[in-house]
Amino acid sequence: MYRYDSFDQTLVDERVAQFRDQTRRYLAGELTDDEFRPLRLMNGLYIQRHAPMLRVSIPYGLLSSEQMRMLAHIARTYDRGYGHFTTRQNIQYNWPALESVPDILADLARVEMHAIQTSGNCIRNITSDHLAGVAADELTDPRPYCELIRQWATLHPEFSYLPRKFKIAVSASESDRAAIRVHDIGLQVVHDDDGRFGFRVFVGGGLGRTPVVGECIREFLPEEDLLSYLEAILRVYNLNGRRDNIHKARIKILVRAMGAEAFGQRVEAEWQHLRGDPRLTLAPEDVAYMQGFFQAPPYDSTADGRALKEHLDGDPAFTRWYRHNTVDHRQPGYRAVFLSLKAPAVAPGDLTDAQMDAVAALAERYGFGEIRVTHTQNLILPDVRQDALHALWQELRELNLATPNVGTMTDMICCPGLDFCSLANAGSIDVARDINERFDNLDDLYDLGDIRLNMSGCMNACGHHHVGHIGILGVDKKGEEFYQITVGGSSSNDAGMGERIGPAVAKDRVADTLESILHTFVAHREGDEPLIDTYRRIGVKPFKEAAYA
Amino acid sequence: MRRMIRHGGIIEDHWLHVADDDALPEGDVIVTEARWHAERETLLARDGCIGVRIHGDTDLSALAPDLDSLAVIALEFPAFKDGRCLSQARLLRERFGYSGELRAVGDVLRDQLAYMARVGIDAFEVRADRSLEDALRAFEEFSGHYQLNPVGRSPRELRRERAAPARTAAAS
Ligand code: SF4
Repeated sequence: MYRYDSFDQTLVDERVAQFRDQTRRYLAGELTDDEFRPLRLMNGLYIQRHAPMLRVSIPYGLLSSEQMRMLAHIARTYDRGYGHFTTRQNIQYNWPALESVPDILADLARVEMHAIQTSGNCIRNITSDHLAGVAADELTDPRPYCELIRQWATLHPEFSYLPRKFKIAVSASESDRAAIRVHDIGLQVVHDDDGRFGFRVFVGGGLGRTPVVGECIREFLPEEDLLSYLEAILRVYNLNGRRDNIHKARIKILVRAMGAEAFGQRVEAEWQHLRGDPRLTLAPEDVAYMQGFFQAPPYDSTADGRALKEHLDGDPAFTRWYRHNTVDHRQPGYRAVFLSLKAPAVAPGDLTDAQMDAVAALAERYGFGEIRVTHTQNLILPDVRQDALHALWQELRELNLATPNVGTMTDMICCPGLDFCSLANAGSIDVARDINERFDNLDDLYDLGDIRLNMSGCMNACGHHHVGHIGILGVDKKGEEFYQITVGGSSSNDAGMGERIGPAVAKDRVADTLESILHTFVAHREGDEPLIDTYRRIGVKPFKEAAYA
Repeated sequence: MRRMIRHGGIIEDHWLHVADDDALPEGDVIVTEARWHAERETLLARDGCIGVRIHGDTDLSALAPDLDSLAVIALEFPAFKDGRCLSQARLLRERFGYSGELRAVGDVLRDQLAYMARVGIDAFEVRADRSLEDALRAFEEFSGHYQLNPVGRSPRELRRERAAPARTAAAS
């Protein structure tokens, strides 16, 4: 993984000192609330329903064991003993005291971490494929590009006071696991006929109040021009994006108002001036430098699956877990293992300090000391020998991290919602619990195939409800918690927004409504097709009729 | 006279901001873009230097032919959170080759100064209710930056250099 050199370390240390002074000036009354707000947001600090919330950056979802131990230490020392992993591969703490945030940031800096630009109207954490570097369907590792973009975006003086937040995702595989088409900029690594790497560039995707699928404005951007082209897009947005209405300020609104084609032309015109600027042009050695940090670890080429086969033959519970919570690896004899953070009765994405410490140790014993965070709010141990899977599974069970539900309906994405977020209309965590209780039969869940269930507590859509195969959105009806339910969304290559199946339902009707959706699905399903395919064949109508029969 | 920051120090500033319906005073004045376009000849004919005040929506290409006549361009920050003039400043410096004074005016506060300096702004009318001495500290907070680094080369350049001798050694 990427390691800081003295330049990176100095910058992060100086950033901590800067924020310590800003916090001091705020507490001394030298900065108003309004003036302090963007400063604290650009260091990840929100003021929430109960207390401040601190969002820590995990660049493209990659953590070392040492970093995970620091996250545990922070949960224990400054919070209530847990953290919440988010859909943007970051972690949030819900209970830090404002006064202690500079100390938390200093602790993070000791392990090459920070909270820079995890909030505010600036370029946010760069997200990517959680299976980068181990996936079999990958063209090249996207993380060197992510790191180049991260450094370009960090404290960028021109783009730190944008009209609104700005999210960039990068994918380099055939199947898009990074949801690039629902980001402000989505970059897909491709190569041209000569085998040179470059990017297909999507802009204007996003969720929130106005969900939009991003449009391609350039089929092939040569690798060396990556930063100059990003700069051109950001400049067109910075100068032309709306600043009069917070709900109309995202780039998607600008792209829609101008039309994708006209927007693309503006970007190209701007880029003609920036293209070739030596400060923005990537030399082959710049990319090579970053690639050096993402080399394959020393795999054991003699690792094989013989012991695994015996365990699979003899242990059905293990087999279930193996089938759902592990995936193919590029290296023969290895698997990537999902740690489900969706155990029944646990808020999706939450992990305690003790679990964090334990996961850090497991990553060292069953891998090379590396952990990934997925945008579906699970963790991954990326490099596990097949012959060690059974032993790992037993340890994960002890930790309540082996619920064999990855990819099933109970592996749901869920924002912190009413319990923590001041913007929530409705609770999401207790609905998640209801759903878990109702659909607790694993064999039934497996029969239903891959179902992505996403839930947000309000229109801001932090739980990505629009792109869930089933989406649930909390709404407020005369002070009561109601839930708007959609079917048919997707964030993969075929990205699209779900359709409503009717009026919002009361909390105690959510599980019933889901059950009706599943019955309709099963009644119309052909063969083993997933829910999303059935929906695409039959449309929303049968789901509607059944739910409100 | 106004106290402000220019080129990293606190100075007394003699420039006068003139509103559109005010009579033109003696001396060096900063007028709005509208007035500049309307009274260009009169303004050029008088003694004293001219500055123009622009904002985030100003079309810079309309101003481009006049840049040599303008000793100051004042960039209006209506609110400190409005970053449009950060782009305007860079465009003026990098695309239009403007080498006169770029002055931040409006809601100009300490915690944005370093960003402004890195896009080419070199003079700052810090809001009158704030301490200039305190604001000056903004320029000392970072010793380097990934991009638009005023105090040295970018890390990408440094890393290329660091790698170069190693490669040469390996090749020989
Ligand atoms: S979706 Fe709404 S309720 Fe949920 S975390 Fe985001 S802002 Fe808060």
